[in-house]
Amino acid sequence: MLRLEPRADASRLMRYLSPLIAVALMLIGGLALFAALGKDPLEGFRVYFLNPLRDLYGLSELLLKATPLMLIAMGLSVGFRANVWNIGAEGQFIMGGVAASAIALYFIESDSGWVLTGMVLAGALGGMAWAAIPAFLRTLFNTNEILTSLMLVYIAQLAVSWLVHGPMIDPDGFGFPQSKMFEDSALLPELLGGTRLNAAFPMALTALGLGYVFLQRSFMGFQMRVAGESEPAARYAGFAARRMIWVGFLAGGALAGIAGMAEVAGPMGQLTTHLSNNYGFAAIIVAFIARLNPVGIFFASLLMALLYLGGEQAQQYLGLPSSISNVFQGLLLLCLLGADVLINYRLRWKPAEAG
Amino acid sequence: MKTRIQRFITAGLLATLAGFSGAAAAAEPASIGFIYVSPIGDAGWTYQHDQGRQEMEKNLAGKVKTHYVENVAEGADAERVIREMAERGDKAIFATSFGYMNYMLKVSKKYPKTAFLHATGYKMGKNMGIYNARFYQGRYVAGVIAGEMSKSNKLGYVAAFPIPEVLQGINAFIKGARSVNPEATLSVIWVNSWYDPGKEREAALTLISQGADVVTHHTDSTAVVQAAEEKGVYAIGYHSDMSKYGPNAHLTAVTHHWGDYYTKVVEQVLAGTWKPESFWGGYKEGMIRLAPLNPVIPEALQKRVAQMEADLKAGTLKPFAGPVVTQDGKTLVKAGEVMSDHDLEKMNYYLEGVTSKLPKK
Repeated sequence: MLRLEPRADASRLMRYLSPLIAVALMLIGGLALFAALGKDPLEGFRVYFLNPLRDLYGLSELLLKATPLMLIAMGLSVGFRANVWNIGAEGQFIMGGVAASAIALYFIESDSGWVLTGMVLAGALGGMAWAAIPAFLRTLFNTNEILTSLMLVYIAQLAVSWLVHGPMIDPDGFGFPQSKMFEDSALLPELLGGTRLNAAFPMALTALGLGYVFLQRSFMGFQMRVAGESEPAARYAGFAARRMIWVGFLAGGALAGIAGMAEVAGPMGQLTTHLSNNYGFAAIIVAFIARLNPVGIFFASLLMALLYLGGEQAQQYLGLPSSISNVFQGLLLLCLLGADVLINYRLRWKPAEAG
Repeated sequence: MKTRIQRFITAGLLATLAGFSGAAAAAEPASIGFIYVSPIGDAGWTYQHDQGRQEMEKNLAGKVKTHYVENVAEGADAERVIREMAERGDKAIFATSFGYMNYMLKVSKKYPKTAFLHATGYKMGKNMGIYNARFYQGRYVAGVIAGEMSKSNKLGYVAAFPIPEVLQGINAFIKGARSVNPEATLSVIWVNSWYDPGKEREAALTLISQGADVVTHHTDSTAVVQAAEEKGVYAIGYHSDMSKYGPNAHLTAVTHHWGDYYTKVVEQVLAGTWKPESFWGGYKEGMIRLAPLNPVIPEALQKRVAQMEADLKAGTLKPFAGPVVTQDGKTLVKAGEVMSDHDLEKMNYYLEGVTSKLPKK
């Protein structure tokens, strides 16, 4: 029978190569999928993976879509390094967007440049406040943070629904659940004329840079990495576990909140219940494909964004169903997890023992 | 006798003519795009729009070629999808959910030659029209059926969000019911989602356990009809004919039909006569209809229903004709008057007979 046997020495090289192998396997699986659906695989590949990038607008949309993923995945990686499992970035994203919208709507008459600054701060604080709840519960009662942070996503979704039906509704909006449109002073400046790419993209790059410095060069980052590798070692060295939980959650909440702010102050220009498109959950996949590494997050976010854009193209030009993007995302994650198992274990054929 | 030159010119003219007609015959069919908020599935809001798309494509066979993108979130992604359709040269683009409004308006300004049509919104542009249907007309007749068929005089309504369109449906339903059964009351449960079969089912079961023996819904799944079938009470479907999900429970359904409208608009766009307008059709335009009535409905009632449908078509029956009284007893429209479209579009209250309270803001 086949059995999995732990490898004595897992290859370091393969750990970094496995995401690439997973991508290659996903592509092969994708080509087979196109063929199975009766489409020319090469044409499918062209439409799905190349068409979205055919012009400057397409590229700008790719970066726009990747921006929230970069921000959230970077924040999550800080916590994940120390085994702090914040699964609720989606809720923190929403609350950041809500807090930023509150500023935008309260100062709707103002054309001061400080409105936008206030919105970024409010977004970060909104996300941090939401992330503080599971951190607090974990440090005080040792509550499982996976459950609490996930449950808070649903509370955030209902909260934003209540707000746009109630206190934040546009009074001239015929009762539809939406806020007023923001004024220009509350919108992020565009980077390229005629596209939607905005100042959130350089903010995301800055976050990746700061994340790199924090994780690789700071003492706190070192402590978190040690705690992630071996909890007893961290305890023995006297590293404060509580502090890591707080740092992990607050970093994740702040960046998710800023991403939420960038969505309302960027392509949406108002608050509605459709604020999030599961960016908070997609970013978890991004963080793992990227091996929690800031450089990896940059590329994994682009890949994930391309899978979304490609799915739209496949619907437009190939008449494929909308679930195609989910299939690709699932394939990618499955291949990565499979590759990881094979890095740490080897397959052995062992004859069944007699008797 | 023709000279050689004359013959040459004639031949040239003929060739040119032939060339023109050849070009006309080989003209590419116009591309028309549709954006759907959910997967098409086999019943519901999007399914009916897709039926309309197919009907239009059949009516204009050879002249148009349609395509769609389903499950487009009503957030920032919508703008990219709409723009892509305009960029690929669609002559007309239909966006079939409210949340696309601001994105479509933005894209429409950049593509002045394309016709943009948005369902259920209120913002228009130089090349962007809006359309919707008076679903409440069908709701009123459904209410009459419910009022007659109920034994407990308690009706139940599973609803998504308290926006005017949904409130129009609820109020028309209870008004219709009380027009034949003054004892009838209506309970409403909000599920805060357009599509959540689990919650819709729970809500229906709650209403039934409170004594409702006719339930209906303004949500997208078939869960309410299925729950009614299980519990042996009646249900009235919405969007699509849902009789196959509850053959005994399903009295009828208030169904949507967009095919004629889509055909008309696309014909105008192709002819170059299309102008953006705010179109609010109803029975008269064939946009609303009742699904075939369940045979348990007595023949006398079936006849009355047919008459009411004819009156709605003729425009002589107005569901929101006075007296219109709110649940707090305030008279909004006196007898002999009819509520204006403007007031309908701003509806944010329950009428008398509804026992639930609106969610507080």
